[in-house]
Amino acid sequence: MKSLLIRDLRLATRAGGGFGLALAFFLIVCTLVPFGVGPEGGQLARIAPGILWVGALLACLLSLDRIFALDFEDGSLDLLATAPLPLEGAVAVKALAHWLTTGLPLVLFAPLLGVLLHLPGPAYPWLLASLLLGTPALSMLGAFGAAVTVGLRRGGLLLSLLVLPLYVPTLIFGAEAVRRGASGADPVTPLVFLAAITLAVLALVPFASAAALRVNLR
Amino acid sequence: MTRLAVRDLAVARGGLRAVEQLSFALAAGQALILRGPNGIGKTTVLRTLAGLQPAVAGTIEAAPESLAYAGHADGLKPALSVAENLRFWSRVFDGPEIGAALERMNLRDLATRPAHALSAGQKRRLGLARLLVTGRPVWLLDEPTVSLDSASVALFAGVLRDHLAQGGAALIATHIDLGLPEAEILDLAPYRARPGQRDQRPAGFNEAFA
Repeated sequence: MKSLLIRDLRLATRAGGGFGLALAFFLIVCTLVPFGVGPEGGQLARIAPGILWVGALLACLLSLDRIFALDFEDGSLDLLATAPLPLEGAVAVKALAHWLTTGLPLVLFAPLLGVLLHLPGPAYPWLLASLLLGTPALSMLGAFGAAVTVGLRRGGLLLSLLVLPLYVPTLIFGAEAVRRGASGADPVTPLVFLAAITLAVLALVPFASAAALRVNLR
Repeated sequence: MTRLAVRDLAVARGGLRAVEQLSFALAAGQALILRGPNGIGKTTVLRTLAGLQPAVAGTIEAAPESLAYAGHADGLKPALSVAENLRFWSRVFDGPEIGAALERMNLRDLATRPAHALSAGQKRRLGLARLLVTGRPVWLLDEPTVSLDSASVALFAGVLRDHLAQGGAALIATHIDLGLPEAEILDLAPYRARPGQRDQRPAGFNEAFA
């Protein structure tokens, strides 16, 4: 399992691996919004939690189709399926690799973009905490979508449509936690819900994804 | 010792039966060559044996995790070097170190070269070297000699012969002569499924994903 993780991280950071694509997209969204909405600080501060969360979510979506598609095309997925490693484990590791190369940089980068959007000071720890708790679920649900659509030509569109509704609960509770943090209210309740969703996703989705992969490999 | 025993196997491709009533046994040290015209289901048989798709009928007996499958695609990552590609598969399969496999498939000089800079034949040799690092006794090979030159075919035949001598076994779908006179030939033509007979499982599911 460790070797699969190391390989995926290595592939993501080498030329053509797509590392940084999500970050660049996140940066573009968050710098363009003030131009579109206008420079008025109060208005930006009000929408900042939502924009940051939607931006992170869409950035995450960009690289999802690569989770399994490349391995499917070059035959690695067939070989992984016949390896001693359980397919559920392989799915979990690949989702983890996706999170480490996409989700984690987004989390670390978000406070910087919060400044661009006039995010109020007290909200920063909650922005970090909510993204840290929520983005693993985004990667894992994305891996499920990628497993269902693997092998389809131009499956990216279908993948986005499949995955977006699954992302909604995470988005609602994540953005709500930041909003409450910004307004000085207690953000713990949405954070607990967010953590619960992520834990349930991490526990159940690898099995669904592996089952979808097995069907698609036939 | 029997490495692989197949009884009354029927396999389906795209919901249609391709091969049925197929029975054979593969003993340690034995190589069996699958022959048959294009489309008869050689690849489907190999993929079914490898566990990548379910058999429609019949039984497959083999020790758990004793089969290594090598299909048309080599499973190489262009951004990784030859050694990195091979080491990855060695670790995933908990197999032996890669030095011997590089040596055997004549890849030592290419070890640090990225896989995208290899020729088709060199990629194939790397794909076949993967079999050596899986440490598994039964090799299921689908057209292993595609894009190999005659020297490399002979090299691979030597590797295969050593594998058989060490108690391994191999099932090979191929159209060319591998230079293995001791290998038996299994022609799939008599096992071709009678036309018009559809897969008995609930229809529609596989087709929806095809």
